[in-house]
Amino acid sequence: MCGIAGIIHRDGPSDMGAELTRMLQSMKHRGPDSTGYAFYSEPDDLVTIRFMLAEPNEYGGFGFDEKIERSRAEVESRLAKIGADLATIHSDTGYAFRAKIRYDGDLKTLADYLEDIPGCQVLSLGNSLEIVKDLGDANSVLEQYNLGGIRGTHGIGHVRMATESDVDLASAHPYWAYPFADVAVVHNGQLTNYHTWRRRLERAGHRFQSECDSEIIAVYLAEKLESGMDLNTAMKYSLDDFDGVFTYLVATSDQLGIAKDEMAAKPLVLFESDDLVVMASEEIAIRALVGREVDTRDPYEREVLTWQV
Amino acid sequence: MAGLTKSGVIYDARGLVEPDPEPPMTAEIDGEKAVIDATDLTTRKINLELKRIVYDEGVNEVTIVNPGSKHSLGVGILKRCKITFEGSPGWYACGLIDGPEVQINGRVGWSLAENMMSGSVVVEGPAGSLTGAALRGGDLVIKGNVGARTGIDQKGGTIITLGNAGINTGFMMQRGHQIICGDANDGLGDSMYDGFIYVGGKIASLGVDCVPAEMDDSDHEFINRKFEIYGLGTPPELKKFECGKVLHNYDALEPSERKLVL
Repeated sequence: MCGIAGIIHRDGPSDMGAELTRMLQSMKHRGPDSTGYAFYSEPDDLVTIRFMLAEPNEYGGFGFDEKIERSRAEVESRLAKIGADLATIHSDTGYAFRAKIRYDGDLKTLADYLEDIPGCQVLSLGNSLEIVKDLGDANSVLEQYNLGGIRGTHGIGHVRMATESDVDLASAHPYWAYPFADVAVVHNGQLTNYHTWRRRLERAGHRFQSECDSEIIAVYLAEKLESGMDLNTAMKYSLDDFDGVFTYLVATSDQLGIAKDEMAAKPLVLFESDDLVVMASEEIAIRALVGREVDTRDPYEREVLTWQV
Repeated sequence: MAGLTKSGVIYDARGLVEPDPEPPMTAEIDGEKAVIDATDLTTRKINLELKRIVYDEGVNEVTIVNPGSKHSLGVGILKRCKITFEGSPGWYACGLIDGPEVQINGRVGWSLAENMMSGSVVVEGPAGSLTGAALRGGDLVIKGNVGARTGIDQKGGTIITLGNAGINTGFMMQRGHQIICGDANDGLGDSMYDGFIYVGGKIASLGVDCVPAEMDDSDHEFINRKFEIYGLGTPPELKKFECGKVLHNYDALEPSERKLVL
């Protein structure tokens, strides 16, 4: 069991960090192991990279700080070598970093080059997207990463109860749809043909950061988008291509979508008004944001919905 | 009986840990009526307060305002009384009840009235999946749509849905009635053992061993009576479905004989 949530503000950016936290914290009972966010702000000329140099479980210990410092220096060195101009870099945690760069080269090359550094995982890359995720509940991640002031037009989030993979940051959602900029996915469910699709996508040149079945959805959609397919159509294809039970949310710099499998085994509730679209695994999360009785609906089985932000 | 151990841990009558067994005593009681404002109360506190005023104070009409979609509200009430939710409860509302007449002026999440024994639950809005799972008796009336697997493992009682029903509604139904005024999605009545399902709208597909049946006078009388009780107007034209009883569990073969036949 996991919990997923999404927000679109049609009337401009809002306090997305605090809002998603309220929703995710209200669903802590659906997954206390890790919490993650994909924030979307107005597109920037600079590319934002969120990356980690170690798992939180590895944090501390003999020589840890020196190892992180060496890895960080290597990141900066490789950014320079690949032609990226580093504007800012900082870390809230000591192992997860946020950097802003000027870069107009190939994002896949950049991601692969950085992830070649031992322990380095690129969590997100893009002009609009930032993925933040860590172990623990939403309130603790908000505090750890100072998310209270993060503003955005839309966002998705996830609380995770680990079932088939580890309690670690690599298995936490959201997943960035490597190597496609600004695409992120959160998922509640299990994909039973995970290995088949993983082998297929790996043969096509895609890499995976984790052993988590949910990562397949992000990479699968990225491949479809890369081929020129629109998001809604790609999501409809996924209903036939994936076996298992799932409800997932996907976001891009200007779209957000939901898909529900044919058994409707995983919940989702939806509220839509002129200025706001909110969705979550449980209505209690919508109430945590909206704070009053509102008309909501449960999308049915095999339903795919997308919104333009 | 609840008891306090040397360690200070309190156990309830079932031997389960009871971290805080005290009701909040916040209900406004006026004779046989009471109002509980659930705004600042946890699920546990709301249910403790509800049980206190129904059982200990003898109140027969309780209104719960601001339920805030909290889960498991109004569960395990085993007494005739009236409970009104002004707003939407969350998942598992009114499970295991035996007797109350419940009115929900809002929507409701998954698994409404699981294992309900008797009484009634009327929902003015939609209900999520697994509504009336393992329902034993009483009536459930949903004025909006219901989600997937409504009435799964239903063992009695009646579920009336004025809107549409999701996939596998009536899955493994064993007894009782379902009346769906709108459309029914795929797999209606899949693997049902017994009971009757009536549908007014389109049916995407019937499940395994769910077959059409003829409506007779007793069906019309039953449906009209239920609609009259709940003020639902005139029922639509309905089609009836029942178990075809052709699955292996209806033959009289021993396992060894079945192997020979198959």
